[in-house]
Amino acid sequence: MADKSKDVSSIYSPIANMNLRTKTLLTIGLTVFILVAVVITSLFINSADITTNFNAMNQPPSFEHLFGTDWMGRDMFTRTMKGLGLSVQIGAGASILSSIIAIILAFVGSINSKLDSFIAWLVDLFLSVPHILLIILISIGLGGGAFGVTMGVALTHWTSLTRILRAEIKQINTSEFVKLSQRFGKSKIWIAKKHILPLVITQIIVGTILIFPHAIMHEASVTFLGFGLSPHEPAIGVILSESMKYLATGNWWLALFPGLALLIIVLLFDIAGENIKKMLDPTSANE
Amino acid sequence: MELKATNISFKYPSAKKYLLKDVNLELDNNKIIGLIGDSGSGKSTLCKILSGYVAKFEGSVTFDGQPLPTKGFKPVQLIYQHPEKVMNPKWKMEKVLAESWDVTDEALKEFGIQKSWLTRFPQELSGGELQRFSVLRSLNPNTKFLIADEMTTMLDAITQVQILESVLKIVKERKMGFLLVSHDMDLVETICDDKIYLKDINGV
Ligand SMILES: Nc1ncnc2c1ncn2[C@@H]1O[C@H](COP(=O)(O)OP(=O)(O)O)[C@@H](O)[C@H]1O
Ligand SMILES: [Mg+2]
Repeated sequence: MADKSKDVSSIYSPIANMNLRTKTLLTIGLTVFILVAVVITSLFINSADITTNFNAMNQPPSFEHLFGTDWMGRDMFTRTMKGLGLSVQIGAGASILSSIIAIILAFVGSINSKLDSFIAWLVDLFLSVPHILLIILISIGLGGGAFGVTMGVALTHWTSLTRILRAEIKQINTSEFVKLSQRFGKSKIWIAKKHILPLVITQIIVGTILIFPHAIMHEASVTFLGFGLSPHEPAIGVILSESMKYLATGNWWLALFPGLALLIIVLLFDIAGENIKKMLDPTSANE
Repeated sequence: MELKATNISFKYPSAKKYLLKDVNLELDNNKIIGLIGDSGSGKSTLCKILSGYVAKFEGSVTFDGQPLPTKGFKPVQLIYQHPEKVMNPKWKMEKVLAESWDVTDEALKEFGIQKSWLTRFPQELSGGELQRFSVLRSLNPNTKFLIADEMTTMLDAITQVQILESVLKIVKERKMGFLLVSHDMDLVETICDDKIYLKDINGV
């Protein structure tokens, strides 16, 4: 009797019955949906609409103001959403630039062995300098602002993907089908384009998505420290550094919710990246 | 046409002893030669040297009096024992074939390749089916000399005969050179005009 009821419940419980692939797809769909929703929402928020309202200053969270209001009566939920949208946009710019750098370096290395040693040295060099320091230097050097931070983050986050791609390409280059391709008279560039690129495209996609969380966190930190986006931008880093001044007066919600929201966004990217990796990885394909 | 190996000596970097020592060999397109040797005696290694696959060895290999070209299409092509290793797992078979040459419908038919196989991936074909592709692919019009290294060892007797007959037909039509490497005496006896034992020409 007990066994029977257990059977029935497992048949009718859709989540228990899903295979790993469906679960992975669902997780990806959900995370991507939330991230896209955040960006779209933020695009609809006009910075001018975040008006000061001196009748509603320093209000703790309520149903009217989910994240409370700040010292000028601005709704913190709206500010946070706008800030998250900006974070994701800068994260996207920096991640894509980073992975373009990684792809170019990895492929140049696969075609020319002298340049490959130089690239290996460059990766080690960049890994030996603390990221945050380098980002600040590059950001200041390029005049700060959105451009400076994006470049700073982009120019420091290509190292791990470059490493992965170099190792992967090296292995493909030793395969028999690449050697045979050379015997058919195909050039190194032809082989890189037709054989290697399609075989590493998974690593490129996953690698790019996994740079996102780092890019977003580093942008926020640098901005928080005052070396990134200008204080007029509605960035999370700006919100957090402003909030620090009001923490002492007991306005805990000013930092807590924007900080938490940033953390969630970062986690979502991580989850999306890991799940996309799982889905694209052929070794786990038939689960 | 003539494929000539002069005083070939070779040792793998990881090995202590020479695998091949002062090997001399002259092959042409008038006779089909079978190369026989025990497993591990260095047949595959010699094939790789003859086809320019291995570059670091002592001695010389010439094709029609010239050293083997290092660039462009290689006139001496090698057919491998394991066809799945020489095919990109993400490529469909039509792309695999087209990488070498525009194979004619006639040639597809000659090798018993069904049109429906062309849109499949290598993992979706059997060893015998894959080997047909591997052989046909090596028969680019610019191939002058074909070396088959145990190419049919993994196949059943019927498939083995079918593939070999098709290859020999084209080899004779195009007046190509052909070297069959095998440890199967019967096969060499039936197909080849002459046979060479590796241990007779290897001076180790
Ligand atoms: N890449 C390699 N590195 C080191 N030793 C090798 C390598 N390939 C083959 N050998 C060794 O060389 C010997 C001859 O191999 P091979 O030429 O494949 O012989 P055969 O084709 O006659 O069976 C074997 O003992 C084998 O272990
Ligand atoms: Mg062998």
